[in-house]
Amino acid sequence: MVPLSWYLIFSAALFSIGLFGALSRRNLVAILLGIELMLNSVNVNLVAFWRYGDVTNITGQVFTIIVFAVAAAEVAVGLALVISVYRKRNTVIADEIDMLKF
Amino acid sequence: MTIDKIIFLIVAAGTLIAALRVVTTGNLIHAAFWLIATLFGVAVIFAVLHASFLAVVQVVVYIGAIAILFIFAVMLTRKDMRDQGPQLNRNWGFGALLAALAFVGLALLVHGWSGVTKTASAFPSGFDAVSALGNALVSPDAYVLPFEVASVLLVAALVGAVYVAYNRK
Repeated sequence: MVPLSWYLIFSAALFSIGLFGALSRRNLVAILLGIELMLNSVNVNLVAFWRYGDVTNITGQVFTIIVFAVAAAEVAVGLALVISVYRKRNTVIADEIDMLKF
Repeated sequence: MTIDKIIFLIVAAGTLIAALRVVTTGNLIHAAFWLIATLFGVAVIFAVLHASFLAVVQVVVYIGAIAILFIFAVMLTRKDMRDQGPQLNRNWGFGALLAALAFVGLALLVHGWSGVTKTASAFPSGFDAVSALGNALVSPDAYVLPFEVASVLLVAALVGAVYVAYNRK
């Protein structure tokens, strides 16, 4: 049986990689990719705690479903903003989008 | 070393390598394809954890909808398929340091926690996780309210996305 700590270390590594992507990439779409990785690592944690706790208590899986819905909403709004910014400014590089009003 | 440990190690290593490629590769389309590999690896982890419904939802929603949306967004926001210039910003060293610190902190937290030695118990006989999940999502004394709020959030997000991305010309 795989120990619980392996899942937790795996999800910590996935979260850190996503954090690096969200902090260091220049392209707005790439920043959203990093955020997706972080949300996925949270899901791994939730499901691992469900499996290694009381399996009849289904809370971990329910909250994974909620995180799925929130991630879908976040991606839809985020990518709509990126496309809107690209139409107005012709760039998706985060450092070049520095005006408060256009 | 039992067979499930070997499967876990192979899948976890592959997923982490794919995740590293997502944040380091220069070509954004390739990053989106590596994201699909990462999401598939997480789906396999769900299957290893006996969360079969979530594994299927991960493939259908994340790979089938979110990753495809990313690929469309990459293609809609450029004139030239090649990416020019550096893909990491000037402060990427600080970002790497912060990510490493976050990993070390989380690993120390896991290491110092006493509940980490818990072992997974077998499913009780007659217990079906999928039907329990379905009942919990629609039962008033469980999670019907968060479920409905999530659906309202999705509708609001989709209407907002259409409004924001709508071309008025």
